[in-house]
Amino acid sequence: MLLEVNGMKSSYGRIEALHGIDVQVGEGELVALVGANGAGKTTFLRALSGVQPLTNGEIRFDGADITKSKPQARVKQGISQVPEGRQVFGPLSVEDNLRLGAYRRRGADTDADLERVFETFPILKRKRKESAGTLSGGQQQMLAMGRALMSNPRLLLLDEPSMGLAPLLVGEIFNIVQMLREQGTTILLVEQNAFQALAIADRGYVIETGRIVLTDTGENLINDEKVKAAYLGL
Amino acid sequence: MLGEFIQYLFSGLTSGAIYALVGLGFALIYNASHVINFAQGEFVMLGGMGTVFLAAAGVPLPLAVVVAIIGTACVGFALEKLAVEQTKNASVVTLIIITIGASIVLRGAAQVLFDKQFHTLPAFSGDEPINVLGATITSQTLWVLGITALIVVVLQWFFNRTLLGKAILATSVNPLAAKLVGINVSFVLLLSFGMSAALGAIAGVLITPITSTNFEVGIMLGLKGFSAAILGGLGNPFGAVIGGLILGIVEAFGAGYISSEYKDAMAFIIILLALFFMPSGLFGKKGTERV
Ligand SMILES: Nc1ncnc2c1ncn2[C@@H]1O[C@H](COP(=O)(O)OP(=O)(O)O)[C@@H](O)[C@H]1O
Ligand SMILES: [Mg+2]
Repeated sequence: MLLEVNGMKSSYGRIEALHGIDVQVGEGELVALVGANGAGKTTFLRALSGVQPLTNGEIRFDGADITKSKPQARVKQGISQVPEGRQVFGPLSVEDNLRLGAYRRRGADTDADLERVFETFPILKRKRKESAGTLSGGQQQMLAMGRALMSNPRLLLLDEPSMGLAPLLVGEIFNIVQMLREQGTTILLVEQNAFQALAIADRGYVIETGRIVLTDTGENLINDEKVKAAYLGL
Repeated sequence: MLGEFIQYLFSGLTSGAIYALVGLGFALIYNASHVINFAQGEFVMLGGMGTVFLAAAGVPLPLAVVVAIIGTACVGFALEKLAVEQTKNASVVTLIIITIGASIVLRGAAQVLFDKQFHTLPAFSGDEPINVLGATITSQTLWVLGITALIVVVLQWFFNRTLLGKAILATSVNPLAAKLVGINVSFVLLLSFGMSAALGAIAGVLITPITSTNFEVGIMLGLKGFSAAILGGLGNPFGAVIGGLILGIVEAFGAGYISSEYKDAMAFIIILLALFFMPSGLFGKKGTERV
């Protein structure tokens, strides 16, 4: 397993948001984590990146215990996150945003990676000199994804990449996620948009108020009566 | 008449450049942490007093200057490490109060370690005055202006051309996203405090041959630098430089043509006018949210 999370608990003050999460992601897999608003998806991803403290449990990445590693060490080891709400560096140029994505690889030649990101997201190449804050929501999402890819991640964490986008753009973002996966990136995809996420995922987890309540292949979850009733609106 | 005008102008630019350096220090720390560091003036004092006392102890002057600046930068690091980082989840207001405490401690320590007298340093290249269009200016004035200009150019380059500089900007814009791309945010904070302290110390060294220094000079210089930063728009380092120059020039012309009694009051009138009519300063972000 590339990522192994055992018994993860995390709290905001005295309120526990995650009550013991177990999740595994294998090399090359696309795993979806779906659940309602407030279920704890973002908290979980932040804990994986080291910007939200755990109160219990462990995180293993490629066999090594990284539970206590600093966020920058995790990026260096290959965990990269596209945060909820995109969080681009608004006043900085598109290119600077992307180059900062490779911050942990200073000294390495990142021009080739930049070109690869531009191939995946041609719009970013056209806007490379513009400040990130002037981009549309969909373009900012692509920039946030490009920025995360600039670190050459082994595991890409995506927090609701389709949030707030027009349906056409949602389709485009999901296509790109699928393409990245075909290129060999391991992906943990968090979505409220459960149907589309499970449709492209190898496996899925369903999270409810800080607990994993179901796990199966993407296909089986889509066909699961409970999931259908609760998340797919069928 | 022209001679008089030029005289006031240079005098204003000289103090303005010092306010600019102090204002820059405020801006760097504010950008990184949203803390207004009220110990900024004490960095200026430490630079000047440190050099004076190292030189008096027999250290050659150029070396004394370098050691005083590095030493002050270390005080900046310590302030960040011991006060700001230890109180991780403290509110910005608490942190600001901590810096006020630190300024009092640093003044007290300087009083004990150094003394309460006024001290001066020799001008960097002699006391021979220079005649410019009927005004007499000292060579130290040119040092102040030249080094300030150099620092502004170097900082521009650092923030616009280096990845580390951009990482500092990124951290000030969005600390969470900065962490997620792997920027060591604690290091950025530490660096910002160290850089600010060094800038303050440089200002202190530059101005001491002109105005002399003692353990309390940081109070007034800190307030002037703060006014410069407010006038320029707090989060904008280069606004602080313009703010400092404007403040220095207004003070000098006010003192020259109106009355020197009101010289120090000018800074506070400017700060009040700025806060009333341009709450985000000359170059600040428009429409700062009010909570
Ligand atoms: N900064 C915060 N402070 C306090 N509680 C929070 C904070 N962020 C999230 N929570 C709470 O933690 C729970 C999980 O939130 P979150 O991880 O954002 O859920 P999701 O991403 O699945 O919508 C929610 O009950 C939410 O109210
Ligand atoms: Mg969320």
